[in-house]
Amino acid sequence: MTHADIAEANAERPTSGTDQILADEARALAQKRTDPGSPYSSGSGPRRADRRRFVLGSMAAFGVGSALTRHASAAAPLGATEHDVPADASKVQGYPLADESYGTRSQFETEVRTRFKTSTPQSSWTFTPLEKSCGIVTPSGLHFERSHGGTAVIDPATHSLYVHGMVRQPKKFSMKDLRRFPSTSRIMFLECSGNGLTEWSKPTLRTVQGTHGLTSTSEWTGVSLATILNEAGVRSGTKWLLAEGGDAAAMTRSIPLAKALQDCFLAYGQNGEAIRPEQGYPLRLMVPGYEGNMNIKWLRRLELSDAPFMTREETSKYTDLLPDGKAVQFSYEMEAKPVITAPSGEMMLDGPGFHEITGIAWSGRGTIRRVDVSTDGGKTWRQAALQGPVLPICHTRFRLPWKWDGQEAILQSRCVDETGYVQPTLGQLVAVRGLNGPLGSIYHLNAIQSWHVATDGKVSNVHQY
Amino acid sequence: MSINIRRVLGVALTVAASAAFAAGAQKATFGFGATPPETELVRFFSPLPDGRGLPKGSGSVAQGKTVYEAQCVACHGENLQGGIGDRLIGGRGSLVNTDPKKAPVKTVESYWPYATTLFDYIKRSMPFTAPDSLTSDQVYAVTAYILAQAKIVPDDAVLGADNLAKVRMPNRDGVVPDRRPERFPAPANTPHQSLATAPAAK
Repeated sequence: MTHADIAEANAERPTSGTDQILADEARALAQKRTDPGSPYSSGSGPRRADRRRFVLGSMAAFGVGSALTRHASAAAPLGATEHDVPADASKVQGYPLADESYGTRSQFETEVRTRFKTSTPQSSWTFTPLEKSCGIVTPSGLHFERSHGGTAVIDPATHSLYVHGMVRQPKKFSMKDLRRFPSTSRIMFLECSGNGLTEWSKPTLRTVQGTHGLTSTSEWTGVSLATILNEAGVRSGTKWLLAEGGDAAAMTRSIPLAKALQDCFLAYGQNGEAIRPEQGYPLRLMVPGYEGNMNIKWLRRLELSDAPFMTREETSKYTDLLPDGKAVQFSYEMEAKPVITAPSGEMMLDGPGFHEITGIAWSGRGTIRRVDVSTDGGKTWRQAALQGPVLPICHTRFRLPWKWDGQEAILQSRCVDETGYVQPTLGQLVAVRGLNGPLGSIYHLNAIQSWHVATDGKVSNVHQY
Repeated sequence: MSINIRRVLGVALTVAASAAFAAGAQKATFGFGATPPETELVRFFSPLPDGRGLPKGSGSVAQGKTVYEAQCVACHGENLQGGIGDRLIGGRGSLVNTDPKKAPVKTVESYWPYATTLFDYIKRSMPFTAPDSLTSDQVYAVTAYILAQAKIVPDDAVLGADNLAKVRMPNRDGVVPDRRPERFPAPANTPHQSLATAPAAK
């Protein structure tokens, strides 16, 4: 990016990021509604011809190889490769197994991350599509992103982690060094504390991707931070440590030493392979249950200290401004929160009858103990089944069978975690935090989400409390 | 370096199992990694609010104006009013607000509690097009310029490692600690009513 680019971007500066993502959301929905297989479709539109190209049997039999590779083209959704679709896949050979491959998803799957239109694409965030999610793990390529200086490109062969400050012996670790230590692994969620920031004062974004898409779950593998700190030797009087990223933002957050020693770890693995670039390749600090921003990506340095560093992110950004003008600082835990992923905003129910209500619940304080679902806007509740595995600080899938009578309904889910914390309604949360402006206190919105079901089956985002 | 495997395994288990790992009591180490030469550590900086850790250097408001006009104005505007980048000044008195339609104006002047944070942030990540390219003197200077425009320091101020931490920011007392978890009553006649009283929140 040059100064000329900045001037140009300034000139073209749009109304607001929210307005833009609303427009993007509308465009994406219009596209999805043309596919009868989409939950957003009422089931009557034509299929996308470009992905559903039928191949005459004789033609396929005539030249299998060429016919099947010819269309590896831009028509395929992101992450997929386009293949011709035979009338009957059992009558022709499928495409060959490559000698070497990485793998793609089906050409019929279209879910993508969508970016909130911040003023630069480097300091920005993207939402995980949750609407068709199943189970608890987020595909690595759909894990939400939040970066402040773009995605850093770092060669692991030259990357080092420095540990210094209040230590007996400053240390420098290569990635090879770090992989020699005993490893640890856990399946856990990360959530940006800004998840839902548009939803404080009025229902704004329309889909569950927009309202809740800044949470994702992966298996993260690495080395315990306590092990690494022990190598350097923590000097007495140490209470905090600074974690610093090696990206353009040189992102920094202060981590309480007690938390660092309790369960933090340094991840080099994600879902069985090396951590993705946008998640901090080659090394990320994992701070289980705490707001996403503290999980410093592209980690290059830890400095131990007797006091917090009061970095920009922990003073002027990730603080929660209340109506009395005071800002809550060091609000670390991501509190218990569920969301119904289906049926969810903008979906179309295919008529009355059986529909499974499903969603995810999570808590930064531990394990989800219970999820209840209401179909009448919170008047009555039924306990949902939790689908295993049920893990601490992890997305937990819940399910409830529902027979829709075709009348208006308001779907809500509410959870309780192992500490006994009962999730608030939006009214209860706003009563405590207030609304300092349209975005309220911005961060840590964990209120009950409401989805309205109209008599025609259309689902929409509403506030009901 | 030789490693006693039994001892190492014992340490790994102890460290993993013990949340009460005491700072100051170093256990046996694996010995992986190296001692970094001081020449590699000097590039790093991370000042504390009391001024410890501030790099050597200083700069005046006048020098800062020059830096600002060359490096910052494209994103933050001629009058520090913001653009692609954040608005930097103004907004005092806007933080107390119960109007859900009117946004508070959070700027360096109105919201940032510590002057050391401003130096730190500019030095590590600004200008956006070339982060970490300004000298410490330039960063002190532009810090002084922004604080002068915000009427926090006088127009003839010279700020540096020895006096930046003494600058008192208007919102210095504006932060409060986290008071969560809040307790929310479960609505009547729901399965949550009994759950709310079951286990005590931590």
